[in-house]
Amino acid sequence: MTLLDVGILIALVLGLLTALSVVVLSLTYLERKFLGRIQMRMGPMRVGPHGLLQPVADAIKLMSKEDILPAWVDRVVYWVAPLAVFVPTFMIWVTIPFARDVVIRNLEMGLFYIVALSVLSIVGLVAAGWASANKYAVLGGFRAAAQLISYEIPLILAVLGVAMLGQTLNIEEVVDNQSPVPYILLQPLGLVIFLIAGLAELGRTPFDIHPAESEVVGGPFVEYSGAHWAVFFLAEYINTFAIAALTVLLFLGGWRIPFVSDDLTIAGVGVFLVKTYFVILVIFWIRGTYPRLRIDQLMSLGWKVLVPLSFVNIIITGVYLFYGWPAWTLSIMSVVVLVGTVWGLSRRMKTLPAPEYTVRLYTPTQEVGDAR
Amino acid sequence: MSTEQQLDTVQMMVNMGPQHPSTHGVFRMLLWVDGERIVDVEPHIGYLHRGAEKLCEGELYAQIVTLFDRLDYISNFNNELVFCMATEKLMGMEIPERAEYIRVLMCELNRVASHLLFFGTMGLDVGAMTPVMYTFRDREKIQSLFEAVSGARMMHNYIRIGGVKNDLPDDFPQQMARLIPEIKQGIDEADRLLSFSEIFLARTKGIGVIDAETAIANGMSGPSLRACGVPMDVRKDEPYSVYDRFDFGIPIGEKGDCWDRFYVRVEEMRQSLRIIEQAMDQIEPGPVSVPVRIVLRPPEGEVYVRAENPRGEIGVYLVSKGADRPYRVKVRPPSFCNLMSLKHLLRDAYVADSVVILGSLDVVLGEVDR
Repeated sequence: MTLLDVGILIALVLGLLTALSVVVLSLTYLERKFLGRIQMRMGPMRVGPHGLLQPVADAIKLMSKEDILPAWVDRVVYWVAPLAVFVPTFMIWVTIPFARDVVIRNLEMGLFYIVALSVLSIVGLVAAGWASANKYAVLGGFRAAAQLISYEIPLILAVLGVAMLGQTLNIEEVVDNQSPVPYILLQPLGLVIFLIAGLAELGRTPFDIHPAESEVVGGPFVEYSGAHWAVFFLAEYINTFAIAALTVLLFLGGWRIPFVSDDLTIAGVGVFLVKTYFVILVIFWIRGTYPRLRIDQLMSLGWKVLVPLSFVNIIITGVYLFYGWPAWTLSIMSVVVLVGTVWGLSRRMKTLPAPEYTVRLYTPTQEVGDAR
Repeated sequence: MSTEQQLDTVQMMVNMGPQHPSTHGVFRMLLWVDGERIVDVEPHIGYLHRGAEKLCEGELYAQIVTLFDRLDYISNFNNELVFCMATEKLMGMEIPERAEYIRVLMCELNRVASHLLFFGTMGLDVGAMTPVMYTFRDREKIQSLFEAVSGARMMHNYIRIGGVKNDLPDDFPQQMARLIPEIKQGIDEADRLLSFSEIFLARTKGIGVIDAETAIANGMSGPSLRACGVPMDVRKDEPYSVYDRFDFGIPIGEKGDCWDRFYVRVEEMRQSLRIIEQAMDQIEPGPVSVPVRIVLRPPEGEVYVRAENPRGEIGVYLVSKGADRPYRVKVRPPSFCNLMSLKHLLRDAYVADSVVILGSLDVVLGEVDR
């Protein structure tokens, strides 16, 4: 590797960092505007036209804020924890392509690399919770550990299903294999598992249990302020973008438009971004709609529903591959399992008698009137 | 055995409040938790103590109404009403009919506004951020109406001894005709968004259960008690003002869990709107207050008056020695009495549930601490 190669690589990484920062700025703006739209308010309107400069103002504010170091914290761990969260989330972007060849390094083991690295950020969250020496932070850190580890399994298994279909771990090849039919049609079950587990990985509603501000007041981040908090924030949004991007790449056909074109580069980036932002809007939509689960409900959903389902997903994919059945059989099996599960779950969650009838109207009868 | 001892867990004491975002004010509870499960709880109150009852002994009767405004600052009209009723009962005063109707209108609107606030904060407590925006939209409309009527959004000092401060604005019937359908629609919208969401049901069904006997023994009242299936409502049991002229039902729950406490309040809003509609039909022009001297000297005696606040039964015990200031004012605040069950409700709950359970009791700390 010559000096020039190293220079190019550094330039690429810096470029990626810049691009991701811009994406995060756009995401914060988008989230606030979109949630505002859901909640019948305007969202930011003051800074710049329609509040367009609000993310910039926020960034400046966070950077210029005093970075408080509480006296009782474990200094080294406390300072390292934000980096331990941020670095892995940034590193997985090395191999996520925006379009064909618009990627820093297209690794042969790309999916394996992503899955392996994304687990690492848990360490940072637990470390942040522990080092803050704050009880809420500790509770939040432990919640994060339990939640992220248990949801890593269905996430990996859902990725595995995709890898089985394409017989590859290279993301570009996975996208190539989705021509003309994206995997959402073959494996809707896999997509649902991936998205739910992904939401839990991100710690977003309805799984925002470790930062739950109404319970543990921000969890692991409770003691952080200023730039260090901003690093956590950055990591969270980059993660959101990564999960959305992976959803697009693995299930929605990446930069491809079915039956239209195959080799797009510049337009491909556009298609990819449109799809990704669509998935992100779905994530924001969920955030604006649902309450939060409790930690035990989250764990039982993870271990009793998602893990078995992801095994079922792998088994039906394996059966389909082994017998070489036509593709629509996999779709049908997947849909049947998905619908059956949703039906069963909703049956179980609706406690009997139907909730409408536990509150009824009492109108005093004649006897009551007489007694008075 | 030895490994078991080595793996022994330690109880952690978590100090929740008074600066915790979801303790609804300055409530503080010490939670002893074993992991995520609450082993024991010790509530601490008094951070908002202003000595309101003692202050009352130094003020003229007309001035005390403003102190009552500040007890339960979410439902000011209801508080004003109960003190005015106590003084009027002590003086044997008759109130013009129109004033009674205005009082009922304002109190029921205040009940709706208070429950709308509860709806929103309940959503926040379980982590849903949108319902609060829906309900605040409708609450704002009611608050604007209050402003049009009394001149203030909170702390109205509108219900006075002997009637109300002034008559309703001229366009009040039109405003109400516009407002009531909007609020009905708003309640339905928020209801569709939150009440039957599966996650919300999972978070509130069967959480914080209290049976009727324990609830009564702990002195619970209002919607929290009705959620246990006890149809106790002062407006029906001992009708005050003109409540005996309206046709309305009492929503009661079955299980006494968080969801029942929540939904009883939702249904109560609908019943309150029914009362408001009937009151708008029945109200007739006339005087709104009787002439009252500024310095009142009620005859020697004592009264106890109770009324149905949005949070439960409020009682005022008023002792007069014939002076221009009361000898003693004792308030039975519903929030304080409802809070008595907290220890029972929180035992063996999860940390996340503690927030929901406290939220479902709908306490206002201004009233708890007085």
